[in-house]
Amino acid sequence: MTRPIADPVPGQPVEAGWFESQVVALLPSLYATARRLTRNETDAEDLVADAVARAWVGREQLRDRTAFRGWLFRILTNRFLTEHRQHEAGARLEPLPEDEPPGEDHGFSLFERLHQPFLLWWGNPEQEFLDRLLREDLERALDSLPEPFRLVVVLVELQGLSYQEAAELLDLPVGTVRSRLARGRSRLQQALWEYARNPSPPARAGEPVEQP
Amino acid sequence: MISPDTIGCEEALRHLAEYLDGELAAERHGEVEAHLHRCLSCYSRAEFERRLKARLAALGNARPGPELERRVRALLAQLPER
Repeated sequence: MTRPIADPVPGQPVEAGWFESQVVALLPSLYATARRLTRNETDAEDLVADAVARAWVGREQLRDRTAFRGWLFRILTNRFLTEHRQHEAGARLEPLPEDEPPGEDHGFSLFERLHQPFLLWWGNPEQEFLDRLLREDLERALDSLPEPFRLVVVLVELQGLSYQEAAELLDLPVGTVRSRLARGRSRLQQALWEYARNPSPPARAGEPVEQP
Repeated sequence: MISPDTIGCEEALRHLAEYLDGELAAERHGEVEAHLHRCLSCYSRAEFERRLKARLAALGNARPGPELERRVRALLAQLPER
C-alpha cells in the first residue's frame, strides 16, 4: 500500500533546471539509501531513476520547495515498498518479526560484550573496536537484517527521520517502529560482534592475497 | 545547570537509544542527561552508542557510479513538459 506523496496543493511551478540541480545534488544520498534498501547495485540505480521520473511527473504535488529532499526520499521509499511487495506477491510469506519468539535479538549490547573482563586488558576496547570497524562491516551487518528491521534502521539512522515520520511512511504504529528499531539495532550489533570475533568474512575471501 | 540525578543506571540505559535519537520528552531527556553527567560507566556507553550511530549515519551517503548521473540527466531530458 502506497501513501499519497503529498497533499495535492498547487504551488509555484517547478522549473526543470532547478529540479535537475536538486536531484543531482541529492544523488549520493538517494543512491546510498536505495543501495541499502535493495541490497543490489543495479536495483538501486533503477530505483533512483524510477523515483526521479515519478517525482518529475508529480512535481505539482510538491507544496513547499524546502521540503524537496524529504519528498523525494518518500517517493523513493514508497517505490521500493510497492515494487518489493509486487515482487514478493505469491512468494513465500515470511513471518512478521513481531510473531517470532523473542530470541537473542532483544537487547544485545556490543558495549557490554566489549567490556567482558577478559577483554579489558586492551585498555579501551570500545575505542579499539570503533577504530577497526570498517564501513564494509557496517554495510554487511545492515544488509543482513530482515527487511522490516532494515527499513526502520535505514529510515531513522541513514535518512534521519523521526519515529513518527518513519511510522507515517511505513503506515505502522509508532510503537512498532520503536520496537523494530530496537530489535534491528540489537541484531546489527550482534552481527558486528560476530565479525569482530571472526575477522575473515566470506565476502572478502575472493580478494587477492598479497604474495610475499 | 544540570538537574539532580533522579534515575538509576538501569532506567537511564533503558531510555538511552531514544535519548540519542532525540525522541524523549523534555523531562525524561533531562533525567537521562543528568544521569550521564554523573555516571562514568553510562556516559562511556552513551559515547560508544553515539559514535556507532554516527558511523551508521555516514552510510547515508555513497558515491554512485558515473553512469547513474548520466542516466538521470538523460532521463530528465526526455521527460514530458520541459
